[in-house]
Amino acid sequence: MSTNQNILVKLKEAGFRVNDKWLVKGVSLQVEKGKIVTLIGPNGSGKSTTAKIALGIYKKIDGEVEKYTDKVGYVPQKISIDWTLPLRVYDFMVLTENLKEEDINEALSLTGVIHLKNKNLGDLSGGEFQRVLLARAISKKPELLVLDEPVQGVDFTGEIALYELIKKISDELNCGILLISHDLHTVMSATDHVVCLNGHVCCSGTPIDVAKNNEYKALFGEQASQILSRYEHRHDHIHTSEGEIKKN
Amino acid sequence: MFDDFFIRALFAGIGIAFVTGPLGCFVVWRRLSYFGDTLAHSALLGVTLAYTLEFNIALSVFIISSLIALILIQLQKKTNLPGDALLGLLAHSSLAVGLVVIGFLTFIRFDIMGLLFGDILAVTVDDLLIIWIGGALILLILKLIWKPLFASTVNYELAEAEGLNPDRAKAIFTILMAAIIAISIKMVGLLLITGMLIIPAAMARNISSSPQKMVLYSIIGGLLSVGLGLFSSLEFNTASGPSIIAASLLLFVLSLLNIKQSIKLKN
Repeated sequence: MSTNQNILVKLKEAGFRVNDKWLVKGVSLQVEKGKIVTLIGPNGSGKSTTAKIALGIYKKIDGEVEKYTDKVGYVPQKISIDWTLPLRVYDFMVLTENLKEEDINEALSLTGVIHLKNKNLGDLSGGEFQRVLLARAISKKPELLVLDEPVQGVDFTGEIALYELIKKISDELNCGILLISHDLHTVMSATDHVVCLNGHVCCSGTPIDVAKNNEYKALFGEQASQILSRYEHRHDHIHTSEGEIKKN
Repeated sequence: MFDDFFIRALFAGIGIAFVTGPLGCFVVWRRLSYFGDTLAHSALLGVTLAYTLEFNIALSVFIISSLIALILIQLQKKTNLPGDALLGLLAHSSLAVGLVVIGFLTFIRFDIMGLLFGDILAVTVDDLLIIWIGGALILLILKLIWKPLFASTVNYELAEAEGLNPDRAKAIFTILMAAIIAISIKMVGLLLITGMLIIPAAMARNISSSPQKMVLYSIIGGLLSVGLGLFSSLEFNTASGPSIIAASLLLFVLSLLNIKQSIKLKN
């Protein structure tokens, strides 16, 4: 596995603690080119922490992180921007890398916010800002995308469109995506690998594997399990009528 | 041409304004005005050291200010005191120690007022060279670290995640702060240097819509303040530092009118 050229980032038994309190412990996972890995888990289960370990934001960690790319796009879950800065959407787009005008325009068009290009960042709504964040992350054509709840605050139709966009980007750029989401419905249809966290890895595998796992059922309930299964069925094109679950 | 003390002072001021413009923007953006104050207060210690050891003032101030910045970083790591308390502690204790040391140096006549508030008569051709060469170096280095420094000012984690090494940029910026204080102390005086950093940048914030514009307006504001301040200093025989700062305050007040107008337009 370690000789695999496609690996972008790999965590081995990684953990992070603050003052002897473990935020997350013993996480092993890897993100490969063209694959989407989704982290799920209840609040406080260490999803964002795991993402920050993978990104190298947390440095004093237990275990190991091997990162094989510097071309990273990151959409953080929370972002506080200080409005003592006069910052337009355009300035934010070129924050970490100088980009061609056409790349900026393309990314902003893809997430549907091209009309906001010269607006002050502080004047955007929550959903608009979220779209700009996603546009910024994809505009630099990264090899690794880390998306921490990338569609929070986005309207329902926008949400579906943005998830489709994320899937499309993963295919077109052949980039690896580490995705954190609460929205099991929309996410699971596109995910290659699911890691279910609860302070540690409670289970992981393909969506169907995870759905069958008893620990997952205990954590999320029977209904959530059915959601995952249904998407797996849709993949296999064998589901018949709505709501009906057939186990393979 | 540089025989005239006023021409020398004017050129020194212009050189300083070019550097305080962009640095001042970062001081405002990163909320470092008290940090700048602390470094400036510690400069007095640097000056006394320079006199005692017959050393170049700018270099000595630069070394002491950098040292104080290092001590601050260590104290932040090792104590539980809040940042502003540590800043106050270092600012006032280094100022006090500096003044006490002056008390011992009875064999040297000190122009305390000149040190605190700046003295245009004191600017020599050597000082001009230090200001222009040092200033050019500061601007060059700032340009090199602009991307990581600005990105981490907007959001530290984004800069770190996307591989920009914000910690290194921050450390270099701290050294640049010590350097600008070192080269401008004679002209503006140690009590007012932070004013020269903050007020033109604050004025620029009121009238700009992008970071680049804010830097540009901040430089222009600084240049106007220097010109206006020095001419009135000559005219009314006032200290150069306070005159320059008062001029920049005037520009700041004018920029407030712009805010009022834009608020009216919005409604």
